[in-house]
Amino acid sequence: MMTFFPKTHIDFLKYRKVYFTISACIFALGIFLFATKGLNMGIDFTGGTMVQVKFEQKVDMAQIRSALVQTGQSSDLQSYGENTYAVREKGSEANVGEVQARIEKALDTLNVPYVVQQTNFVGPTVGQNMTERAAWAIILSLVLIIIYVAFRFNNILWGTSGVVALFHDLFVMAVAFAITQREIDLVVVAAFLTVAGFSINDTIVIFDRIRENMRLNPRATLGQLINQSINETLSRTVITSVTVVGALFVLYFIGGEALNSFSFAMLVGCICGFYTTIALTTPLVYVWSKGDRADAAQAEQVARRAEKKAVAKPVAAPTASAEQPAQAHAHKATRKSRRNRR
Amino acid sequence: MSKSLAIKWIVIIVVLLGSLALIYPNYRWYSKPNDERVKLEALGERPARMLNLGLDLRGGSSLLLELDVSKLSTKEPLNEAMARAIEIIRNRIDQYGVGETQITRQGDKWILVQLPGVANPAAAEALIGKTAMLEFHIVKNDTTGAEKAIEKLESMEEPYDQDGVLKPEIAQLLPEGYTIFRTKDGGYYVADKTAKVTGADLENARLTMYGDNGYPEVAFSFNAEGAKKFGQLTGANLGKQLAIVLDNTIQSAPVVQSRITKDGRISGTFTLEEAKQLTIVLKAGALPAPVHVIEKKTIGPTLGEDSIKSGLGASLYALLGILVFMIIYYKWAGFIADIALVLNLVLMVAIMSYFSATLTVPGIAGIILSLAMAIDANVLIIERMREEKLLGQPIQTIIQLGYEKAWSAIFDSNITTIIVGCCLLQFGTGPVKGFAVTLIIGLTVSLFTAVFVTRAIYELVLTSNPKEISL
Repeated sequence: MMTFFPKTHIDFLKYRKVYFTISACIFALGIFLFATKGLNMGIDFTGGTMVQVKFEQKVDMAQIRSALVQTGQSSDLQSYGENTYAVREKGSEANVGEVQARIEKALDTLNVPYVVQQTNFVGPTVGQNMTERAAWAIILSLVLIIIYVAFRFNNILWGTSGVVALFHDLFVMAVAFAITQREIDLVVVAAFLTVAGFSINDTIVIFDRIRENMRLNPRATLGQLINQSINETLSRTVITSVTVVGALFVLYFIGGEALNSFSFAMLVGCICGFYTTIALTTPLVYVWSKGDRADAAQAEQVARRAEKKAVAKPVAAPTASAEQPAQAHAHKATRKSRRNRR
Repeated sequence: MSKSLAIKWIVIIVVLLGSLALIYPNYRWYSKPNDERVKLEALGERPARMLNLGLDLRGGSSLLLELDVSKLSTKEPLNEAMARAIEIIRNRIDQYGVGETQITRQGDKWILVQLPGVANPAAAEALIGKTAMLEFHIVKNDTTGAEKAIEKLESMEEPYDQDGVLKPEIAQLLPEGYTIFRTKDGGYYVADKTAKVTGADLENARLTMYGDNGYPEVAFSFNAEGAKKFGQLTGANLGKQLAIVLDNTIQSAPVVQSRITKDGRISGTFTLEEAKQLTIVLKAGALPAPVHVIEKKTIGPTLGEDSIKSGLGASLYALLGILVFMIIYYKWAGFIADIALVLNLVLMVAIMSYFSATLTVPGIAGIILSLAMAIDANVLIIERMREEKLLGQPIQTIIQLGYEKAWSAIFDSNITTIIVGCCLLQFGTGPVKGFAVTLIIGLTVSLFTAVFVTRAIYELVLTSNPKEISL
């Protein structure tokens, strides 16, 4: 049997504060970036005109840029691989033929032969409609996921944690796009959707294991169950991630232009998804379950019982908790696991 | 072999053979050179049930049109007007001879026209966009009362809006029942505001290559209703000029020499192309309201081909890498998972061919996600088997428990993702829909291949009583 991981016993929950801090930092960074640099939304969303040309010889980007000044309109220039450039006039409602003619006229002054490979014109209402519909699709999906997971796992907190994890993955992807200023077009949207699918898949696999372990050891604390479940599924998480990320690397490097931004988005999303699965989904369940006041009375009982045990074995208990703080808070979590089992 | 296992295998073999039969036309079609495909397509000899390539993969143009609802007759409900508009656009495009055009309604008032292989959609656009509002107005000989308006018109640089309608500041100076039309060469005529006869009463239109003045002409004939109206109009206005107005612009204004009923012709300074287009649109009928192009995308054929080549190559390498990795890591179990994965792909292509689905780049993303989830399903199963194996269980128990324990996770994750897919299908537009369709098909198929088929393989292997299976 070939294994990357022998049986592991890592206390993943122990570092939850570290994970939360990392995520909070990313969140802050993201907000900062969105506010300062913003996302480079494609004309599919903003409306406007795009003309993609391929020059027959190497042309300096600065040269093209200065040639484009002649159009008298503000336009974006983006390189798309070998001698290929896309010129965009965002938000422009002018007739596509007009814009194209204007851009071609400017490019002609470079005296380098080129072919027009692609032109896009999107009216402003189309972009707006697209955004609205996408937003509805996402909101409805998230709500249905929470409902389905709540139904299958008898706890609304789980579904909510799963959705937060999903949101986290998509957020990190958006941050990556804000940093690189890559354009977000419809293909990238497809990548976001795909990562959303992955993210849910990962979440469900872990939840399923926790659900099963709860059935097998009703006495274990939620903390123990979560750690055990993450460890048991670790091998699967790694293998699946390695396979998918490996495949994406191939697509990213040799997949050509059409798949490049797609595979970039997917790579970021999948690598982040791997982290989220371990570091965010279940720690959130753990922390949120703990904050539930309804079980306070029961928790006290459990605590008292634990005290009695500690009194009965005065020597063993203090040493154990001193050496393993992780187990100490695992005790406190008992009430949560009870609650979730119901 | 038990009876239930035999049934399972019969199901698998039938499905496999059926899929291959569905895929075969694709193979034959796409192995033909591009030129030949274009030729066959134009002849309409393209196999019906086949996987289509989206414009992003094969090149071509797409136009998104919006029906100008504000100009719609109040008598006609929107749905009917849309259906009619789509029908008319289809007629126009079909007569123009572009193969495999897809014309679909999107949302309330949008029509998506996809023209594969057409790199310059200008001609098609002109053809579609023509309202072809044909009207016959009597020219006013006596322009008294209209002097102020004419003065104003002559002082303005652009007296007409972009649709050729007289601007209101001039129109309000005119006496009741008057209007001024522009002519093609920049002149104008004062004419009756109401059109007594319109193109709606046309029965047919033909192209005449050489008309009286050497330009191509369009001959037309009215239906009975139109002939009656036209007869009345011409009979009552002998000696007057009759303006033939197309899309608010006068094409010609001949003097009515005699009463005309059924047949007539539109002469003007048409180019051959213009006359041809006019004939087509007149024959197909007028649109219920003007349409505006609100989105236009053109992808050159080379770009589409390049993206296919590099994309397909990379996908094959990626797939191969995954297959090899599974065998190295999971040995026999990995090999069985590989069989399921390849079968998954085969079934997906077959189902998509059956529904003549269109494959786009986002669609490929959907396939990738469903394949990844199919692998994940097998990884889950095999990891479970390994756990049981470590407990020292006999081989039958290992397999049985592996499937039983992994099932709930596989089921829940597939269902959740299918839920998302359905939301996207419901709300998404074109490309997002393409993603959702392949995803839903892929996940459904993967429940069959990754769970049902692999288990049948294990059960078949078990009939030979092996001591163990390498995992």
